[in-house]
Amino acid sequence: MIALQLTLGIPLLAAILLALFGQRPWAGSLNLWAAIAGFVASAWLAWAVLHHGAFDGNSGGGASQFYIDSFNVYLIALTAFVGATTALFSRPYMAQEETAGRLSARRLRLYHASYQGFLFTLQLALSTNNLGVLWVAMEGATLATVLLVSLYRTPEAIEAAWKYFIVCGVGIALALFGTVLVYFAAAQVIPDPEQALLWSELARHSAELKPVVMAIAFVFLLVGYGTKVGLVPMHTWLPDAHSEGPTPMSAVLSGLLLNVALYAVVRVKILTDGALAAHAEVHDPHLPGYLMMGFGLLSFIVAGLFLHRQRDIKRLFSYSSIEHMGLMTFAFGLGGPLATFAGLLHMTVHSLTKSAIFITVGHASHIAGTQGMEQIRGLIRTQPAVGWGLLIGTAVIAGFPPFGVFVSEFLLLSATMAAQPWLTLPLLVGLAVAFAGLFRHVQPMVYGDLPEGQGAVRANMWPVAIQLALVLWLGLAIPAFLARWFDQATLLISGESLL
Amino acid sequence: MLTQLPLYQQAILTLAAMILFTSFALLAQQRVLAMIHVFAWQGLLVAVTTAMVAYDSGAHHLYFSAALTLGLKVLLIPWLLHRLVHRLGIHRQPHTVAHPAVVLMAAAALVIFAYYVTLPIHQLAHSITRNTVAISMAVVLLGLLMLITRNKAVSQVIGFMSLENGLFFAAVAATHGMPMVVELGVAFDVLVAMVIFGVFFFHIRDSIDSLDVGQLNRLAEREP
Repeated sequence: MIALQLTLGIPLLAAILLALFGQRPWAGSLNLWAAIAGFVASAWLAWAVLHHGAFDGNSGGGASQFYIDSFNVYLIALTAFVGATTALFSRPYMAQEETAGRLSARRLRLYHASYQGFLFTLQLALSTNNLGVLWVAMEGATLATVLLVSLYRTPEAIEAAWKYFIVCGVGIALALFGTVLVYFAAAQVIPDPEQALLWSELARHSAELKPVVMAIAFVFLLVGYGTKVGLVPMHTWLPDAHSEGPTPMSAVLSGLLLNVALYAVVRVKILTDGALAAHAEVHDPHLPGYLMMGFGLLSFIVAGLFLHRQRDIKRLFSYSSIEHMGLMTFAFGLGGPLATFAGLLHMTVHSLTKSAIFITVGHASHIAGTQGMEQIRGLIRTQPAVGWGLLIGTAVIAGFPPFGVFVSEFLLLSATMAAQPWLTLPLLVGLAVAFAGLFRHVQPMVYGDLPEGQGAVRANMWPVAIQLALVLWLGLAIPAFLARWFDQATLLISGESLL
Repeated sequence: MLTQLPLYQQAILTLAAMILFTSFALLAQQRVLAMIHVFAWQGLLVAVTTAMVAYDSGAHHLYFSAALTLGLKVLLIPWLLHRLVHRLGIHRQPHTVAHPAVVLMAAAALVIFAYYVTLPIHQLAHSITRNTVAISMAVVLLGLLMLITRNKAVSQVIGFMSLENGLFFAAVAATHGMPMVVELGVAFDVLVAMVIFGVFFFHIRDSIDSLDVGQLNRLAEREP
């Protein structure tokens, strides 16, 4: 299908072009237009899947290397969309960094090539049908971003990048071990070795897979991909990488990479659930769900507490990302149609909101000339657009009605109340703790006394406005096609549909 | 019992044991050049085992995997490391291990743990696969242990690559290798990772004047 080829081909081609010509003055524009073209292609792909159903690449017999269903196609579109809006922000932002002398033209070439390369690996991870290729693409996403984390070459940036590389590299190595185990289980069921790692084939045969092997494999895969999701206690790389890298990269890491890693976990959970449910007399069929609930809840609580003691604005919001990823992991672990629907919606709204927040944070730290929250003051009087952006963004991410985050958290609480009533208590306490943690820092930054000599910067707030408006729309009324879409994905993941 | 196995399977088991031995040798090794050499030997043993498994099982695509391992893990990466270590001028620096006895005891415990985890898999009961899978898992865990106990960047990278050897060996031992597209992808990722590691050695040295990553501690969460 041509739309898929374009979705994957545009970022790949752009990455190669930018690797060659990225130091030219028009590189930022090329980056932007490639991201927009990628979004158009992915929207076309989404439209095609919506109208013609799941797509597995070829018309003949056998499964192909690509598989697009309602679960991954919306993530593909979301990834391309956030990639495009962030590129819109990145063009003037990075130009300003260059003018300020923080980056050279050669570093900008590295930045632009890595940005498109990163988008390519994410789209490949989402669209592939092969669990092995999924692993290769996830590792590729680490490799594409690790040199971006150290882009400023400060000692802190180098340290963050090294930690990111080692922690994620080891995590993802454990995921490869899990993939080998899945292949081992599959090889006894699916005769053709070339087909034995294809997700669609595995899902068809999931009841025949050996439950012991799948359970061990799932533990490795959860810990492995969970490292990239940012689950506590494997989260240590995340705040460092977010705070030391350039801001557009923090936006796409938080908004996109974490989602894609969680997507990988959910894909293998579907397979493990199938294998364990078919042998329910031997094994607890809820093992994967309980593991995800445990890791999710732990991340949610720990990150909420860490919010209180942050001093760097980007670290603050990266802990908030850990908190929300924990919430989503918990939702998918809880299972059932309502919680799964809430998890899918939360993935979307968190990704839109968090990348908008990071864009605003980038402008705020340009205004103050630092990322230290003690020095950022009086934003709303210096530049109302940035001040209001930060305030509204924080209100959205903290779960205020009527925004989309409130809706998904409310749905999740209802699902928890029905399935595991006593777990609603830690969830509510955690939400309150996180709320307090965010606002005790954001309030003085937005309203505090204006420091002398602080002036407005050139800021493009359109991406923020568009993304927050979308989140508001999702909170007030989810459009019918999107709801149907989430519902199909819910059916796929939890086995039941909600609507 | 062991002598009743066909000759090739006996050889595979012996080689697997030697791979495990090289992992222990890496854990305790204090000199960086010797460490690189042991790592290259480990790669060679993995490559030879892969070729043996290919001959024994008739899975011919494994010959290609063996050649890939030989090229990447035995020749290219050790050569790159050699060059980097010389250019950084750290080939005589000792890479001490903090508590070698404790580390080696922990390593022995990890090997037992690896056998314990693979025990309930019945499909492994009648073949040599149980031993090889347990050993590959042990090599992965020992690589992790090496990453934790070392604080020099070069030894961490060798630990990482040795861990990758364990993963590759697991794929060969358990399933006669992964599909070709995956194997090529993994090899590509390892190669790119090695190049980036090389770039990082210089960045780290420029930033803290040594490759002691224990000094990279500015970003820890501390009391405000």
